[in-house]
Amino acid sequence: MAIRERLSGNEAVAVAMKQINPDVVAAFPITPSTEIPQYFSNYVADGIVDTEFVAVESEHSAMSACVGAQAAGGRAMTATSANGLALMWEILYVAACSRLPIVMACVNRTMSGPLNIHNDHSDSMGARDSGWIQLYSENNQEAYDNMLMANRIGEHPDVMLPVMVCQDGFITSHAIENIELLEDEKVKEFVGEYNPKLHLLDKDNPISVGPLDLQAYTFEHKRQQAEAMRNAKRVVQEVSEEFYKLTGRKYGLFEEYKTEDAEVVTVILNSTAGTAKYVVDELRKEGKKVGLIKPRLYRPFPVDEIANALSKFKAVAVLDKSDSFNGAGGPLFTDVTSALYAKGVFTPKVVNYIYGLGGRDVRTDDIEFVYNKILEIAATGKVDSVYNYLGVRE
Amino acid sequence: MAYNLKEAAKKPERFTGGHRMCAGCGAPVVVRQILRALKPEDHAVVGCATGCLEVSTFLYPYTSWKDSFIHNAFENAAATVAGAEAAYLALKRKGKIKHDTKFIAFGGDGGTYDIGLQALSGAMERGHNMVYVCYDNGAYMNTGIQRSSATPRFANTTTSPAGKVIPGKSQPRKDLTEIMANHHIPYVAQTAAIGNMKDLYEKAEKALYTEGPAFLNVLAPCPRGWQYNTPDLMKINKLAVETCFWPLYEVIDGKYIINYKPKNKLPVSEFLKVQGRFRHMFRPGNEYMIEEVQKEVDRRWEALLKLAGEE
Repeated sequence: MAIRERLSGNEAVAVAMKQINPDVVAAFPITPSTEIPQYFSNYVADGIVDTEFVAVESEHSAMSACVGAQAAGGRAMTATSANGLALMWEILYVAACSRLPIVMACVNRTMSGPLNIHNDHSDSMGARDSGWIQLYSENNQEAYDNMLMANRIGEHPDVMLPVMVCQDGFITSHAIENIELLEDEKVKEFVGEYNPKLHLLDKDNPISVGPLDLQAYTFEHKRQQAEAMRNAKRVVQEVSEEFYKLTGRKYGLFEEYKTEDAEVVTVILNSTAGTAKYVVDELRKEGKKVGLIKPRLYRPFPVDEIANALSKFKAVAVLDKSDSFNGAGGPLFTDVTSALYAKGVFTPKVVNYIYGLGGRDVRTDDIEFVYNKILEIAATGKVDSVYNYLGVRE
Repeated sequence: MAYNLKEAAKKPERFTGGHRMCAGCGAPVVVRQILRALKPEDHAVVGCATGCLEVSTFLYPYTSWKDSFIHNAFENAAATVAGAEAAYLALKRKGKIKHDTKFIAFGGDGGTYDIGLQALSGAMERGHNMVYVCYDNGAYMNTGIQRSSATPRFANTTTSPAGKVIPGKSQPRKDLTEIMANHHIPYVAQTAAIGNMKDLYEKAEKALYTEGPAFLNVLAPCPRGWQYNTPDLMKINKLAVETCFWPLYEVIDGKYIINYKPKNKLPVSEFLKVQGRFRHMFRPGNEYMIEEVQKEVDRRWEALLKLAGEE
């Protein structure tokens, strides 16, 4: 029997970590992810978990210690946000190229500057090419479920890559919602033991990790890393299928909401997708054929599936909660449009809206405005402006 | 058993030859001797900061390290090894690891005094059971001899060049051994490879087999940066100690012990004059430089004697 609870997003992640019972958690406080190591250090202090909690002096050392711990054959986890993720930056790449399936809870917060503790996606979006698998979560339940699946995905022998589970700072991390938890034993069985073939603590088979790797080999190693990332897409689907059988909760590469007969859709990550679902329901009452696509797996980006899914619509608005400052669109927009182009899909008109930077509230009428705009584009076939801002004073 | 170099050298080699460190470099001598202090039955996880030692000993697909080895980045050897030690504790608690493992991190002075100071301080304060070894060659040698906070005053480096207006590095060197002693960890020592390397061996052994964090600061001359004749390595180590430029001492649970007091403390110029990086100090008109360095060495030596209750 599943356990019904009421938890915040941070609590949900901490509970998932408790149930996974990793060998090492190394973390440093930063708003809004701080509660995760707080809750977790209580589990350690009360002897509920077997984990070594390393209260490091910086996020750089948090990720460095995770690399050491995972290379030593342990399961290592951490949690961070914004500037903390930025301080880890250098080591994110080392973790990925060393093929260490570390799991991180990223509680999305805007990157400084200016200093602002509220939510947007500029932190994890900046790390999108660091070699980490990225899963996004609309609500507490999804954050919890993604955390439970993260080890299975990252540790798969065809993958062996670190995994970042993202959720929106404050909006879901601090909001208490109903949630369905798995029993500890079921989690233990689902996640399984981590027994890597090679690790530093194997006295009989010592290894060296992290070489100087020059022109003769680096390219091949990067190619293998890229292949592992491609494999991750299949593994995410396999693990999600297994999770569905266990819980009845179905996850794919992305969620399609009321898209079957839709003429237009928005593409939205994380909590704003929840707001958009409400708007879709309202607009559908007026007979408007609108839908939503909510990517869950952002790295690797499911190019074929996204292009195929979008091919049937007349107009698409991609909403980005971070700007690329490239003068041409946010990161999700760039990925979506390049997927369409690469796959030869030219049917939908695609526009971009940058929204919610620095935690600016996005209201239902903002989303409604976007739907009306793409319905107009669908009707006329005309696009005035591709790259737009939503809810900002100009 | 009393230390004997011949016996110590008979132990199985843990750091194999064929690496690419320069002839006359102090670092590999230090590393070999420290690893000799491990009990043969003990496995070690060795971490290394980015630097000469790392790039010259683990160039894919070759490694000089017979124990387990990990390199992560420049500033985080302490945090990386701390993470491995944390995993060891958890896995041992779960019964997944049975044997004893020792944890050692090596970093040059750039990776330790400067960019890695924060990670080092954190790891030592948290009390990980590990030894951090700084092999101090007094500059960023791997990137081509740039000044660090360990570079002695007036040394000519590529970012503190002895120019027409500024005569080399303007500032005296940071005293990292003291900083680490003030972390109040169980064992801190400053040593160098001199004579039969007894001091280095015994301090390595104490550091490795003291429960909790330990720090060793080891002088490691660099023939390129210091500009000396490569066969003179051991002579330079000796001069550093005999002039009290690099005193040999240890701090055990807060108690200072000076391990060697020269009967006739040599003038620091004896140490300076055999190195090209100090050549400009010996030009006519620059006598004040040698005097100032001598004053600094004397001041620090007196302070150390006081800490050890010897004066």
